This record gives sequence, C-alpha cells and structure tokens, in this order.
Amino acid sequence: MSDFIGDWHALVVLLVAGVIPNQIWRMLGLWLGSGLDEGSDLLMWVKAVATAILAGVIAEILVHPPGALASVPDVLRYGALVVGFIVFMLTRRSIFAGVVSGEVVMLVGKWWLG
Amino acid sequence: MSFPPLDSPQWYRPLRAFALGMGATRWTVLSAVLFVTYIGIGALAHDTHFSLAWALLATLLVWAGPAQIILISTLASGASIVQSAIAVTVSAIRLFPMVVAVLPLMRTPETKRRQLVLVAHFTAVTLWVECYRFLPHVPRERRIAFVHGLGSGLAVIALVATVIGYELAANLTQTFGSAILLLTPLSFLFSTARNSKELADVLALGLGLAFYPLASLLNSGLDILISGVAAGTIAFLVHKWREGP
Repeated sequence: MSDFIGDWHALVVLLVAGVIPNQIWRMLGLWLGSGLDEGSDLLMWVKAVATAILAGVIAEILVHPPGALASVPDVLRYGALVVGFIVFMLTRRSIFAGVVSGEVVMLVGKWWLG
Repeated sequence: MSFPPLDSPQWYRPLRAFALGMGATRWTVLSAVLFVTYIGIGALAHDTHFSLAWALLATLLVWAGPAQIILISTLASGASIVQSAIAVTVSAIRLFPMVVAVLPLMRTPETKRRQLVLVAHFTAVTLWVECYRFLPHVPRERRIAFVHGLGSGLAVIALVATVIGYELAANLTQTFGSAILLLTPLSFLFSTARNSKELADVLALGLGLAFYPLASLLNSGLDILISGVAAGTIAFLVHKWREGP
C-alpha cells in the first residue's frame, strides 16, 4: 500500500506545483469570463503563447528524453516525429496514422540498429 | 453519433442526460487520443519514480495532459517547486479562454455560477472541441448534466489509461517502454496541429518546436517558458501584421 501512495511530500508538491497553478485559470475563467471578448488581442496572444509552450514540451521530451526513451538514438526520435508528421499531412491530418507510423519508424529503426 | 430528438421525453431526467453524455465518449476519436496520451503520462510518471496514487490524483485533479507532463518532467529534472509551478501555470493560461468560450454554450438565465464549477474543471482541449460538436443536439436546460457525464466519461478513460501506462512501463522491455513514452510527443503534436486553423496557431507550434532547443542552451530552468513566450509573441505579431491595413 505504501508503494501505491508513495511519499506524502510528493502529494503536497502535486497540490502546490500542479493542481493550484493549473486550476487557477479555470476558476478565473468562471469568475471573469462573462465580460470578455473571445476575439480580443489579449486572448489571441495568450492562445499563441500557450500553443508555443505546448510545442516546447514536445521538443523537450525529444531533446532531453525521460526514462526508457533515452535509450533510443537521437536520429530515431527526431526521424519518428518527422516521418509521423509527413504521414499525418498525407492522410488529411489523421492523428492515428501519424502516431502509428512514427512508432513504426522508431521500433523498426531500433530493431535494425540492434 | 445519434441522440434523442431535442423534444424527446428522454431528456426530461437529468440522470439520463448524464448517461447520454458519458456514452457520447464513444463517438469521438479524441477519446482514443486521450487514452494514448494518458498511457504515455502513466509511463512517464513510472519512469520518473512517482507513485501510482500520485499519477492518478494528478490525472483527476489537474486534468490537463500538458500541465501533467510539464509537472512530471520539471520535477524529475530537479527544478524547484516554484519553477515547476510557474511552468505549469503558464501552460494552463490557455484554459482561461477555453472556459470563457465554453460556458456560454450551457448557461441559461437561471444558471448559478456554482453549478458551472465542475464544467470549468472538466474543460480542457478534448471537452472544448466536443462541446461545439455535441451541444447543438442537447436541450439547453440539460447541457450541464450532459457535460458532467461527458467529462466523467473522459476522466474514467484517462484514469484507466494512466494505470495501464504505469503498469506497462513497469513490466515492459526497454524498447516497448520507449515506444510508450514516444506516444506523448506524437499525439500532442498531431492533435495540436489538427486544431491549428489560423496562421498564428501554426506559427506558434512551428516556432515553439524550433525555439526550445535554443532556449535549453541557456539552462535557466525556465527554458520552456522563455521559448514559449518568444515563439508565441512572434506568432501573434506576424498574425497582427498580416491582418493590418
């Protein structure tokens, strides 16, 4: 059971660094939302920054891979993303086709390199 | 997808509307994307030595894939609590416009703010997109119950996937473990690209990918923040400039 819960300190960190900083924006939207114009410049800038931060997260996982992913050579991680993206575009933006082909590139590449 | 007609007696009971909302998760490909994303998050939590309870609570209480990944990866790479909180909160800013946009879809003149708290909590990219698709087929006075059902259904999918990803990462060979971790960047990239309809979104995505490796050379602990604000601001300015006279 203690394995399941782990360290109580980590649960406090989850609340302070994860839950509160995340939920605050939803609750602000609930409190202030009715008076805001959805097409305003401020909201548009916020959306662009939020998208770019998400892109940064994607890049971070590829550039500084966590756990088992670190065992995959750089060229295979980047190659999987590039090939996946090309297939995604060719299949009229099918998320499924993109994900599957990216995974296949990585797995076949790893098997081939031994 | 198929719903009872708007004037059907099936909509009389709020519980039935809740059940229809929960069942609507069957009719969205985004359920599969969510499942895959949370398998990746569960695996990531395992490989960075967080407990399964921690990972499940994060899924339930944070309920935002990007924020969870930022939280796990920053904490695991030795960032301070404050640095992690800043990175999480900046990634969560996008939830603000989503909530602002979603709530008018189900508000009636009688709706009290506290009735919308749970809807605000469930609001994330999946629910946001699907509300636009489903809610025109749901009578306005049953939309809150319907969205509670839809959000609960998506949360169950994500919780199950978190457990599966966590256990798979614990028991798989290194090759398959890395394949599961690769699901996250792939599914995030393609689902974001799919939702990028305007030039500003496309530029923010492309520049955000390109700027991170540069920002990480600074080694400041706020790399994602620096590259995100820079790339997002340039994307916004280009969009304004093209729109201009």
